[in-house]
Amino acid sequence: MATLTEAPPPLSPTAPEKKPPRGRGRLVPYWLLLPGILWLLVFFALPMIYQASTSVQTGSLEEGYKVTWHFATYWDALSEYYPQFLRSVLYAGSATILCLILGYPLAYLIAFRAGRWRNLIMILVIAPFFTSFLIRTLAWKTILADGGPVVGALNTLHVLDVTSWLGMTSGDRVLATPLAVVCGLTYNFLPFMVLPLYTSLERIDGRLHEAAGDLYAKPITTFRKVTFPLSMPGVVSGTLLTFIPAAGDYVNADLLGSTDTRMVGNVIQTQFLRILDYPTAAALSFILMAAILVMVTLYIRRSGTEDLV
Amino acid sequence: MTFVNWLKRNLVVIAGLLTLAYLLLPNVVVTVFSFNQPKGRFNYEWQEFSTAAWQDPCGVSDLCGSLSLSLQIAFWATVGATLLGTMIAFALVRYRFRARGAVNSLIFLPMAMPEVVMAASLLTLFLNMGAQLGFWTILIAHIMFCLSFVVTAVKARVMSMDPRLEQAAQDLYAGPFQTFVRVTLPIAAPGIAAGAMLAFALSFDDFIITNFNAGSTVTFPMFVWGSAQRGTPVQINVIGTAMFVVAVLFVLASMVIGNRRNKQKA
Repeated sequence: MATLTEAPPPLSPTAPEKKPPRGRGRLVPYWLLLPGILWLLVFFALPMIYQASTSVQTGSLEEGYKVTWHFATYWDALSEYYPQFLRSVLYAGSATILCLILGYPLAYLIAFRAGRWRNLIMILVIAPFFTSFLIRTLAWKTILADGGPVVGALNTLHVLDVTSWLGMTSGDRVLATPLAVVCGLTYNFLPFMVLPLYTSLERIDGRLHEAAGDLYAKPITTFRKVTFPLSMPGVVSGTLLTFIPAAGDYVNADLLGSTDTRMVGNVIQTQFLRILDYPTAAALSFILMAAILVMVTLYIRRSGTEDLV
Repeated sequence: MTFVNWLKRNLVVIAGLLTLAYLLLPNVVVTVFSFNQPKGRFNYEWQEFSTAAWQDPCGVSDLCGSLSLSLQIAFWATVGATLLGTMIAFALVRYRFRARGAVNSLIFLPMAMPEVVMAASLLTLFLNMGAQLGFWTILIAHIMFCLSFVVTAVKARVMSMDPRLEQAAQDLYAGPFQTFVRVTLPIAAPGIAAGAMLAFALSFDDFIITNFNAGSTVTFPMFVWGSAQRGTPVQINVIGTAMFVVAVLFVLASMVIGNRRNKQKA
């Protein structure tokens, strides 16, 4: 962790052109930063270090743990729980793609087609947040219930045959299958896709669409060559805001899935809170953190939008 | 042919409305099932209409206690995170200082970290320190993860502020304190309010981080989680529905008042 005294300050383009004040005034920014940054250092950065150290400890609850640089914990954790890791990536990835497919039309609708209904639709997108997400996730148990109308409709339309073939469902059940978990993840993180998409779509000058039309572009070409490229910042931040929390989630897998749909979050939670195997739990959590950070960095590099925040 | 054309033109609208329906469907179910009278312990199947739960929302033991605890934690977490976050946002926009890059990444990282990772690592810290898990550890954790969101919200507002307004105040012989209270703060207020509302919502609805760091303390989301294993009382749906309705009414009312003010000004 870099301390506050290292590295020359990179000049911010937004800092107003002011002479740095002399004497006591020069310390003002540091006093402003101190409490909040200290909070983050002690309760965010320091725990990461503790966690890294816990992951290489051995011992037991009764006799206490000692740092023995026991890196084998990582190997053991990975070889035992790689299915859960793969599942996390697979489920979170599918949910992110579904969120993009479902969320884009809604964001487009709010940005360009809603007219005077815009505010109302915005409220309806945000309002579900005020009902605890656990209650809303439990509602999916009712919606996807065995023999319910949704499952019946999916059966009649032979959708379940396709998903069974893909290994996403088994028989004529949806609950307790991967499909239910992906559906819950998609539902829970959809607003995090819609809002950034809307923000970047709303900034697009409507005259660009007219111009594309004047140049004989079909609507689909206009979308492919003008709208979608201009909405890329929203696509990038939306996919990140969806994928990251979905990959670490264990609520959907627990409430809507079964023991065959456990994700890495479920393993970390059980190891930490029930089995009390702290080194393994810390190692798993550390691997998840590293994997996410690497993926996010690569993704941001590739999509070329560095100034997300 | 005209119908096909109409469909073609409005395809995106139809798809968007379907997504909106997908987003709202669980809330409809929650509301309908708040009027249910379930036979077993779980409220997942429709039996018969009843307003029993609405007449006695606190009828389940510990439910309203957990709700009031969640409201208290959300309130103090909002106060703490808004205060610390606003200070950081002002420092970031208004001043030059060393290690700006490090400060920026320290603020960005909590937002780019899966909750379960922050939850687990914070628990290792508390365990190592021998801290008593409960109200205070929950509050500490909530302020930690709400801070970054407040900084982002306030920063956006302060950045778009015209610095000449403050210069004008100073030209009119306002001291630094007076300038801050009478000019800077009122202009930054919408950003601060947005940050505070976000912090409140995040804290009130947080489950994963609380689950790790609460010990035996039960917040409202923890209560719902527990009842998913033991049996879901209808009262949960009542509270979920009530919160949804109150929030929508609150937003609508503030929009109407805002519109009226704009009209009066015009």
